Order: sequence, then structure tokens, then C-alpha cells
Amino acid sequence: MALYNSNRGGIIQIIIGVIFVILVGQLISLQIISNKYKLAADNNAIFRKIIYPDRGIIYDRKKRALLENSISYDLVVIPNEAKGVDTTTLCDILKISKEEFSKRMIEVIIKNSRVKAGVFEPFLSPELYAQLTENLYRFPGFSLSERSIRNYPYNTAAHVLGYVAEVDVNFLQKHEDEGYEMGDYAGMTGLEKQYESILMGQRGVKRFLRDNKGKIQSAYEKGEFDTLAIAGKNLYTSIDVQVQQLAEKLLTNKVGSAVAINPKTGGVIAMASSPGYNPNLLTGSQRRKTIGRLLMDTARPIYNRAIKGQYPPGSTFKPLGALIALDEGLITPSYGYNCYGSYAACGDPRKCEHHNPGHAANLQLALANSCNSYFLQVFRMAIDNPKYHNAKTGYLKWKEYVNGFGLGRKLGIDLPSENKANIPDTAAYNKDFGNPKYWNSCYMLTLGIGQDRMTATPLQLANSMAFIANDGYYITPHFVDSIEEESEQESELMEKYRTKQKVTSIPNPYFKIIKEGMHDVTVYGTAAFIKVPGHEYCAKTGTAQNPHGKNHSLFVCFAPKDNPKIAVAVIVENAGYGATWAGPIAGLMMEQYLNDSLTAESKLKADNLEKVDLLPQAIKDWYVRNNKSAYLAPLEYNNDELSDVWDMEMISGETPIVTKPVDTLKKDTSIKSGAPALPPVKPKPNKDSALNIDNKQKKIVLKKGAVKKKASIKKKALIKSNVNHI
Amino acid sequence: MSTTSNQNNFSKGTDLAVILLYLLMVAIGILCIYMVEYNPNASWGTSFITAKTNYSKQFYFAIFCSFIGIFILLMDSKVFTALANVSYGAGILLMLATFVLGKNINGSKSWIPVAAGFNLQPAELCKIFTALVLAKFISKPETDFTKLKSHLTAGIMIALPAILSIMQHELGLALVYSAFIFAMYREGLPPAILIILLSFAILVIATLLLDPVLLAIILTVIAAIIIIVLIKRFKRNKNTILIVVAIWVVCSGTVRFAVPYIFNNVLECYQSTRIYSMVGKEYDCNMNEKSAVAAGSKKSRKPDDYNVKQSKIAIGSGGFWGRGFLKGTQTRGKYVPEQHTDFIFTSLGEAFGFVGTFTFLGLYLFFLFRLVRIAERQRSTFSRVYAYSVVGIFFFHIAVNISMTIGLFPVVGIPLPLISYGGSSLLTFTVLVFILLRLDADRQMVLR
Repeated sequence: MALYNSNRGGIIQIIIGVIFVILVGQLISLQIISNKYKLAADNNAIFRKIIYPDRGIIYDRKKRALLENSISYDLVVIPNEAKGVDTTTLCDILKISKEEFSKRMIEVIIKNSRVKAGVFEPFLSPELYAQLTENLYRFPGFSLSERSIRNYPYNTAAHVLGYVAEVDVNFLQKHEDEGYEMGDYAGMTGLEKQYESILMGQRGVKRFLRDNKGKIQSAYEKGEFDTLAIAGKNLYTSIDVQVQQLAEKLLTNKVGSAVAINPKTGGVIAMASSPGYNPNLLTGSQRRKTIGRLLMDTARPIYNRAIKGQYPPGSTFKPLGALIALDEGLITPSYGYNCYGSYAACGDPRKCEHHNPGHAANLQLALANSCNSYFLQVFRMAIDNPKYHNAKTGYLKWKEYVNGFGLGRKLGIDLPSENKANIPDTAAYNKDFGNPKYWNSCYMLTLGIGQDRMTATPLQLANSMAFIANDGYYITPHFVDSIEEESEQESELMEKYRTKQKVTSIPNPYFKIIKEGMHDVTVYGTAAFIKVPGHEYCAKTGTAQNPHGKNHSLFVCFAPKDNPKIAVAVIVENAGYGATWAGPIAGLMMEQYLNDSLTAESKLKADNLEKVDLLPQAIKDWYVRNNKSAYLAPLEYNNDELSDVWDMEMISGETPIVTKPVDTLKKDTSIKSGAPALPPVKPKPNKDSALNIDNKQKKIVLKKGAVKKKASIKKKALIKSNVNHI
Repeated sequence: MSTTSNQNNFSKGTDLAVILLYLLMVAIGILCIYMVEYNPNASWGTSFITAKTNYSKQFYFAIFCSFIGIFILLMDSKVFTALANVSYGAGILLMLATFVLGKNINGSKSWIPVAAGFNLQPAELCKIFTALVLAKFISKPETDFTKLKSHLTAGIMIALPAILSIMQHELGLALVYSAFIFAMYREGLPPAILIILLSFAILVIATLLLDPVLLAIILTVIAAIIIIVLIKRFKRNKNTILIVVAIWVVCSGTVRFAVPYIFNNVLECYQSTRIYSMVGKEYDCNMNEKSAVAAGSKKSRKPDDYNVKQSKIAIGSGGFWGRGFLKGTQTRGKYVPEQHTDFIFTSLGEAFGFVGTFTFLGLYLFFLFRLVRIAERQRSTFSRVYAYSVVGIFFFHIAVNISMTIGLFPVVGIPLPLISYGGSSLLTFTVLVFILLRLDADRQMVLR
């Protein structure tokens, strides 16, 4: 009876076939097209345990460790296993509220899921660690996990060493294939960043199979894909920790920078930038508290002025200008210029500090006396050199020389984000003055004395001294002399720090004359009062005008005169004469390096220099307004200690008191009276008028400053009185 | 197996291909269970002999089932027609007995403890008996299967064990009884019933997916379009318009009342939640009548899509070539719950990838088509109806089980035939297949 239905067998087969096609279709989509399931499976079942190798250590030239690794502990928790926790006790120990406890718990779950361990409280203090280990049995699911952090036994060289920090999303995107993961640490600035790949070593990864309860079952594929951790390599630098510390100490309470280079190797002996910070403030639990304040600070303590700060070199450029003229054959060492206190050949007269005729009778004398007129004249001769057709060609030739000395271009030091500063291009002048046919050396006259648009970093200035010290070559400045167990590839990388950069072919005798001139500076010239016990040295002072207020104080030098071992450049912002502030700092640094110690007298000098407060008023005002104290390395800024700063006798006894030009003083006063609040510290000490304030009055001012919160109304009155005194 | 026998009528006419496929499937099943249970630290030899692991148990089940198979092949095929009604009655009685003797396993009281720690699930065996009694009923000379009365009688026969299964909280087993629609369709069930069922399924899915107001609008618009298109025919026959309106009313009623009623009153909360989660929606258990009663005894459990998610991950992570034998991380980490029973397909998918699953489905398809071919070559209606019942039961199990592991169907407890771990299930399918083989061997006979 059902025979007529026999075609229905075929229909049933079609139905079965269609359903199977649907099944296969879904299998294709799951197994072939989509790859998210594979990832999900790996996330599920493969537990990757990263074995962190020890980061490499950075040593100074005498193999003293500038930084070390130490162990810190994190409190970690696996949320799923945290049942029956004695919350009250835990909250008491950590000093958090119960709400905070549950908030953190939720954060951990969001970050790491319920079955993985997540950090509940990072970087435990030793006391917390002790308390927690004792009570850990009360907190199931919680454990203490080890982590290696940096510490800095000498509290120094923060800018040079840089810091390590947890990588962020941006970093991960930039370094996609380098094996970084969320939660990793990497060098963010300084040598830590520059040598990241060498310092970090190679992370090891162990893979385990994990079951659905998060328990480790066995090694994945018998450890076939596991990799071993290889410790990071150590770096041996040319830093001298004592010189470095001294430089930082001397720059305390000042804005500026000091760089010392070994001319023979190009190795940087010290590099300080002030204000700085104590590197220990950016490790472990300190970091969270500090980093925001450091970034916010108006004095920019994280900013490395030594390689990023751009300063007009001022008179420190003069030896280089002379070298160009000598090499071009424009002058001879006996060339003299009749200066009567100003240079008027370009119309508007330019002042010179000396009036007595004959102070620039020859090159050596001109250098020793730092005669502006002489070097303006020399610069003009170089630009209007008859050898070249016009001022533009002459300028380009001059620029070629200056670039050759390492100015106006990146030197290639082994630190990230070096600034090339500025030696202006002709394009800049074309823009200002039109066609080069119409401009001449008078238009950029002050380039000859390191002003105009010329800027240089302290590093470049120190390097230019190394160039002169070496009679015409330098080695690219660098910190790292050698890498532990250096591989061939790494040697190749370091090669540029081991080859001479000889970009000019100025004959040796010219250098001799320049050196003699610079030596005279230290014998009877502008730096005559600065001595390095036991050594003859060469130097050049500089007092650079700048648009930010008082002149910058600059000092460049190298020592000993014969066979130089150290070249130094020091800049103190808005401090006045080069010889007054930058000079003594450089002198002490040379003494420390060459003698490996300071004489008692020098020590006293150093201690007094440290106390001198040359911070610009605007910065001090900012601290008052924001109710903060400055971060200064290695010592913290302390208002109480500064009450002795007034005793200028110690320094002024030795240093000739320099009277400031009247116009700059006026400018200062105007800035100050515009400032809204009274500083907590006293006005600048290097003013004759300031010294007249009687001590009692000063103390009152100080105390009012200390209790500034309460006495805000009285402040205005005090400002007035203060201004009157100045 | 056929070589182990000397008897002439044993191997004669028996379909060797089906026997070989059967053995292959059982072997694959044991292998899959082995993959799930594999422990690199344990010696498999000792655990095999001591039968402490599921794969060794399954192996012994398989040997036992082989004997049952041989035994069935040695029987007279007339026995099956003779015993059809009796066995059905006994099966129903056994199912009723579970309400008294039943042992609670995994929340369903459908097991009767037998000797030595083994349990029997009468609902499983009832599939065989229902297949036999359906075949017996349709093959009776006095049955005219074009009549509605016959359809209803057959329907009651099928529905009785299904309803008992639902009462035992075995929805999966109950659903299997719908597989007899294949046999009934082949014997003369009007195609309209298939179409109506299909329409109903579409309506249910649409209700789940779409906003009720939007769905009502869509239904109305469709009805309006049909009326406009067929407007001339309505003028000739006034009844047609009534039919269209009636269908519209039924559809709207289904959407508005029937579907919510099913979800809120017929199904358990967890079942509704599973179905809702299939389309990526959440079901509010407060609307469920049954859960409102049992609100006090709320158990904490993993999210409802956990099984499906892990199962999809396991299969998907196999990729094209698979992770390799015993190398599946999802399987090794025991991420898929019930992997040795209902989710056994995942271990295969993870280890052997698309190549493995495709080949495996090919084997199944070949097996089903072979059964259809066997069904069509029967002279007696009894054998044919029985054969189509077997096809239906196998197909339903395969389709639903694999669909649920790859996320095409809500999770219901239906094992993969011949592969999933479980003595009852293996025994049922063995008996189903071997009775068919026995009947097929006598295909020239006309059985009544």
C-alpha cells in the first residue's frame, strides 16, 4: 500500500543530506575560518610562566655599582581561592577600608580573571612584608610574590641612568615583536632605555597545561617550547661616581648642568642636571607617589638639561671662533685689535668688559681677557672672507667648521633624545634679511661671541673642549665603555664610541696657541682665582645673555694643560658671571677627578657652594603656590638649612664680588614684584644690596614664609617690604 | 564477527558494510573516551584490565554488546513481530517502575539499578520497543495509514513513552521520539504536517529573535500581501480568504500565547535559558512557573552557555588538521563538561581538526544512507517501518548531538550514537542495528 510513497525515501535522504551540509558548514566556520577559538583554547589551557632574568647592573669606572637589583614583594591574590579571608585583619595590616578591599578585588578580577593571580598590593614595605608573612595563613588565596626592582646605592645620576617602568599600551604597540607583555617592566629613559635590549637579558617562558580549575597539570609538550632565562649583561661606564655626586651637590639649589668628559676616550665622567631627583624615588612603592609630582614640577627635574638644554655659549665660543680664523689664514697669533671698550664697526656699538688699550694686543691676550671686540672682528673676517664670493658662502664655510666642532648637530651620545641645539642655517637669515646679496657679517655679528641664534647643549660644550684638548679630534661622547661578555654584534654597535671623529684638519700649532690663551685665562684672566691644586689647566668663562632674565653663567675647561684628562662644561642658569658660579663648580670637579679627592679648603668651598641658592624666583614662587618642596638630588630641598645661606663671606672672601650691570638688576626686580607670593627662602644672595638686610628682618621673613598658609594676608605687605629692600 | 560463526543462515544476507561501520564507530568511540581520560602519569595497561576507567568499561560494554548482537542475528525474525506489542507494554511498565525504583543520576530519576553497580535506563530501551510496535501497527493489513485515525493511534504510541520521559526530566530522550516522524512520513503521513511543523519551528525562532510587535506587523503584512495577490481567487471561492485569515490568527496566537506558554509553563527554567542563550538572549527565570515553585532550592551553577562555549573552543581550536592524538589542550585540561558522554565529539574535533570531523560525518552519512537503502529494499512493511525508525533515531541523535556541541542547538542530554560513553546507550543502538540486520537478512520474507 505504501509503494507509491517510495520517492519519499529520496526526500528523507535529501533532508539528512541538508542537515549534514549545515553541520559541515558550521564546522568550517569554527575550525577553518575563525581563529579565535584557538587563541581562546591557549588562553584557557596553556599557562605561560615568564621567568624574569636579572637585569644587568651599571658600574662606574672603578667598578662601583651605580644601581643594583633588590628583591621586593607584592601581595598577590587568586580571587577564586580567596574564600574565608580574615578581611578585617588584612584591611588593618594594609590600612585600607573594606570598600577599598572589595574594590581592589574587583580590579584584580577584571585584570586577571578569577583563576589567575593578580597583584593586590605592590611593593610591600619590609614591615608590611613581615606582618603579612606572619598572618598569611589567615588569608587563603593570598600569597607573596617576588619581584626584582632597581635601587641606587649612591642616590646619583638619575638622569643618566634613567628609570624602568611598567610598559603601557603605546610601548607594546611600538615593540610588538619583542616579547613584551602587559605588566612587564622596561627602561623608559636614560641608559636603561638606550641599552634595554642588553640590560634586560632574555626572558624565559615555561608553558604548563592547566585544567579547568586553574591547577597546573604538567609541562606543556614536555617543555619542548620552553625557553631559558638569560641574565642581562652588565654595563661598565666611564662615570666617576664621586665626581658625579660632587657635580650634583654643587648644583643643588641652582638650575643648570655640568658635564665632564675624558677627552682621550670620549667617556663621560659626570653628567649632572639640576634640579634633579633622587633615583630611588622612582623605584618600588616610591614611584607611584613621586612620578606625578616630578612630572608636574615647574623646574622640570626629570628633564636632562645636559643633553636637552639649549644655551647660548657666550664667550666660551671664542676659542673656537679663533681656531676658524687661524685655519683660514685670516689672522696670525700675533694679530691684535685695538679695543677701547666697545666694537662700533657695525654701527650700534657692542660693549666689551675691558677698556684699557692693549688688552687684545694679540690672540693670547684677547682670549685671556675675553675681549668681545676682538672676536667680533675675527668673526666678521671669517664671514667676509675675500676667498669666498659673498657673505653667504663665507657663512657656510664658517658653519661647516662649527658643525665640525660638534655644535649644532647631534653628537650621538648613548642616551635617548639628545638635542642638537642650534647653529643657524643661512635660510634663517635669508628669511630675516632677504637675499644673501644684501646681508653681511654685521647682521649676525654676535654669533662671533656665541650669542645671536647660536645655542649649544652642555654636552656639546664639554665635547668642544675635548676637541681642543685633543688638538683637533674628539671621540663621540658616551657612557658605556664596555659591555660584559661583549658579542661581536654589540662590539659593532659600540664601534662608533671607539673611533676618533676628526672632521677638521686644523694644524696642531694653532691648538697650542689657543691652549696657551686659555691657560692665561686661568693665570691672570677671567678665571684667575679658580685653581686646581697641583694642576695647570685651560679654561674659558662665559656670561651669556638670554631672553629669560639674568645672564647664564658658563664655564668650559680642560685639565691638565698638557696631556688633558678631563674636559668640563658647566652652566648655571640666570646666575651672572661665568667665573663666579660655573667656574668654581668646574674647578672642584676637575680637582676631584684628577686628585681623586678634595683638599680641606676645597671641601669647605664645595659645602658653601652647595648652599648657595640661585633658583629663579619664578620657580620658588611656583613651589610656594603649589605648597610643595622641590625635589633635589641627592639632598632634599630643605628650607631650614637655607637660613645660613646668607653667609656669603666664605665665597665672597675668595671670589671677587661681581657687581651686576644695572639694567639686569632692574629687570630682576620687575619680575619679582610681578610675582604673586612671597618666596619661602631669601632673595638671591649675590647682591650687594641684599647683603644689607639685617639678620632679624630676614628671620622674620623666613618664618612668615614657613607658615605661609596661615599668614596669607600678611604676605602682601611683606612683599612690599621685601621689594623695598631690594 | 561474521567469521566467528559457522552457521549458514548467520552470515547469509547479513549486511557486512553496516557491521563493519558499526565496529568502526564503536572503536572510534572507545578511542575518543581514551583521549578524554588520558593521564600521562597512569599506566593504561593496569587501568584497562581493572576497568576503573571509562574507556575500559566501554570496551567491556562493547564486547557484551557484540554478544548481544550475535545473539540477535541468531534469532528468528518472526520473534520481533511476535514480541513487538508485549515488549512495548513491558517497556512502558518499566518506565512507570522508575518512578518507584528510580535512582537519581544527574538530576533525572530515570535509572533502575541493576547488578554490579550498572544502571539501566528504560527510556533508552523503549525506543526499540516503540520502533517495533510502530512497525507492527503500520504493517497490520487492517491499518490504512492514509487515514487520520491511524496517524493519531501511531502518535499516541509514540507520545506515551515521550511523555513519561518528560516526567522523568529527560527532555532529550523525549525529543528523540519525534524521530519516528521519518517512518510515519514514509508510510503516508501527509507532507502538510511536515510543513506545519517546520512553520511552527520558524515561528518559535522568530519569536525569540524579533520584537513581538514587529513580528505581529510582519505577519499581518504577509497575510495582506497574500490576500492582494490572490484577490481574484477569493472572488471565485469565498472560503480561501477564511483559510488565510485562520492561518494568520493561528500564527499570531502562536507567537503571542503559545510560545511564551511553552517557555514559561512547559519548559524548566534552565531549558528556557539554554534556548534563549542560543540566540544570544537572556531568559528571565522569574517568568517561569516551574522555577517560581522551586525558587527555594536554587543551586549555584556555571553560566548556561559555559558548556557550549568550551565545546566550541575545543572544536574550533582543532583547526584544519587538529592538535594531534592526545594533544588537545581543552580535552587534557577537562574544560568541556560531560566530555566523555554528550560532548564526546569535542575530543575528536580538537584532536583531528576539520579533517577528522569531516571524515567522521562522512562515515555517519554513509551509514545513514546505507540504512535508508536497506529500508527501501525490504519486502515487508514491518521491516521497512522499523528500518526507517532506526534511521530516524540515529539521525536525530547525530544531528542534535553535533549541533549542540557546535552551538547550533540548545544543550539537551542526547548521546552520540555508538561513540558516547554509556552502556545503556550503546546497548540500545546495538540492539536497534542488529534487529534491523536480522530483519534485512530475511528481506525476502513478508513479515506480519
